[in-house]
Amino acid sequence: MAEIRNYTVNFGPQHPAAHGVLRLVLELDGEVVQRADPHIGLLHRATEKLAEQRIWIQSLPYMDRLDYISMMCSEHAFVMSMEKLLGIEVPIRAKYIRVMFDEITRVLNHLLGLATLGLDLGAMTVFLYCFREREDLLDCYEAVSGARMHAAYYRPGGVYRDLPDTMPQYQAQHTRTARTLAKMNDNRQGSLLDFLDDFCARFPKCVDDYETLLTENRIWKQRTVGVGVVSPERAIALGFTGPMLRGSGVEWDLRKKQPYAAYDQVDFDVAVGVNGDTYDRYLVRIEEMRQSNRIIRQCIDWLRKNPGPVITGDHKVAPPSRVEMKANMEELIHHFKLFSEGMHVPEGEAYAAVEHPKGEFGVYFISDGANMPYRMKLRSPAFCHLSAMDEMSRGHMLADAVAIISTLDIVFGDIDR
Amino acid sequence: MTPRLQRLGETVEKVLGLKPVERIGELTLEVGAADYRSAAQTLRDHPELRFDQLIDLCGVDYSTYGDRPWEKPRYAAVLHLMSIPYNWRLRLRTFCPDEAFPLLPSVIELWPNVNWYEREAFDLFGIVFEGHPDLRRILTDYGFIGHPFRKDFPMSGHVEMRYDPEQKRVVYQPVTIEPREITPRVVREDDYGGKRG
Repeated sequence: MAEIRNYTVNFGPQHPAAHGVLRLVLELDGEVVQRADPHIGLLHRATEKLAEQRIWIQSLPYMDRLDYISMMCSEHAFVMSMEKLLGIEVPIRAKYIRVMFDEITRVLNHLLGLATLGLDLGAMTVFLYCFREREDLLDCYEAVSGARMHAAYYRPGGVYRDLPDTMPQYQAQHTRTARTLAKMNDNRQGSLLDFLDDFCARFPKCVDDYETLLTENRIWKQRTVGVGVVSPERAIALGFTGPMLRGSGVEWDLRKKQPYAAYDQVDFDVAVGVNGDTYDRYLVRIEEMRQSNRIIRQCIDWLRKNPGPVITGDHKVAPPSRVEMKANMEELIHHFKLFSEGMHVPEGEAYAAVEHPKGEFGVYFISDGANMPYRMKLRSPAFCHLSAMDEMSRGHMLADAVAIISTLDIVFGDIDR
Repeated sequence: MTPRLQRLGETVEKVLGLKPVERIGELTLEVGAADYRSAAQTLRDHPELRFDQLIDLCGVDYSTYGDRPWEKPRYAAVLHLMSIPYNWRLRLRTFCPDEAFPLLPSVIELWPNVNWYEREAFDLFGIVFEGHPDLRRILTDYGFIGHPFRKDFPMSGHVEMRYDPEQKRVVYQPVTIEPREITPRVVREDDYGGKRG
């Protein structure tokens, strides 16, 4: 009798459904996954080692390059951990700005997550819709930091600068008539907050559109319901956080349970799933987008009414303004020392975590009092989630493995660091 | 120290007999390598502690800490634990007694997600976790030699990779670039420039 052997498939590293450079070695019995062995590290850049040889502030832009679709949330954990060590207070306005941009980031992340989940399961339209909305939010990033993705906007002690009064506008092109141009720039006449306000007004309708396409869609449900089921006990044991944990029915959200920044002053609900499958996680993410929209609106209202400083006045940490620097010797020295030797962070260790769109993102610093971190450890949620890939995909069909990768919402900049 | 943190500290001291150290609102517990496995078990299972989630495990190489001689063992594993029922966190640090062959028991039976974290600490620091079923390298390249996050491993590495047109394949060769230091690392004495209040 012929010997029957399992078939081994090498999935990736160059595969569009692998969400980056994932090499997944799948052992298949027919079309059923028997074992999944993810090989990661193809995008390993040793961010943590690099940080050990750079002054503290120089490592901040690396945070954008970790999870390159939810940039500012990673920055937030980084600056929070530093602020803990430095023992400095952040102005309340900066806290609200951070909350607002964290939520913008959450929407950005969930939009891309939804878009790629749709694309992996064959729903092209959602992909296009999601990217349309992402564009507006990336413009907000651009308005505030000058960069569409790698913002480097947060600073220890606050944010780099206050919100701008103008929005970038579309330029005239030979393909655009004057009327189209005027229409495109219609909601960009005011400040960033006006533009965001307009976005928040139309965004719930956009989410409704995605839901019309997917939520009751029979094909969508066939591909997601009952796929990658994780029980609540198992989700906790596997170290799941964020929507992965909430999808399994554990009500756990750091924004509520261990509030940071201004999250204790805004009103929002935590979405929780029931069955712990791909469909529930999809619903949790959809609801989180709606809640984020709610938070953004509250932040807009607050920020409109409450002007104030956005970065701490402690010049051992934050640079003085240009005008002060040019007029005052002491400020000049501060400026020079900050940008040459860098700040010194008191000896000690600190771990700060934020509710990143994917789960708990934490930064653990060990400082020996030098102008560089002694050790930086990044706790990325996707690393932990991907390690459960084997358990989640066992017994599923090959096509479902794709849905599971997608529902884990992984990004390789974050996993490989 | 907040009352909650106080309570956690007292509970840990009562249950394990070791006093955790509090700094900037975080509790750190140091245990010896011999007690590490049992302490972890107690932290997870004791009804008054219930650290049911392992958030992170990372290796640390303390050899150049503070640019002064380091008296304790060189390598340590640092765990960040979280309890969902009680909503508190604890840091658990264990030094590996042997510097030449850093060895610690694995806690994979307690928290299954430690699997990849232990693989990572093994890969980057060479800490061996006894009892881990599949201790392979995880982040570095296939066939990588050395443990890159150790302090004596140069930033630019030891080998570089290039395509050799004559052999028509990718070859490894010793690195040709010099490590570059842009800003020197400085540890200031305590009273430098007036101590920060």
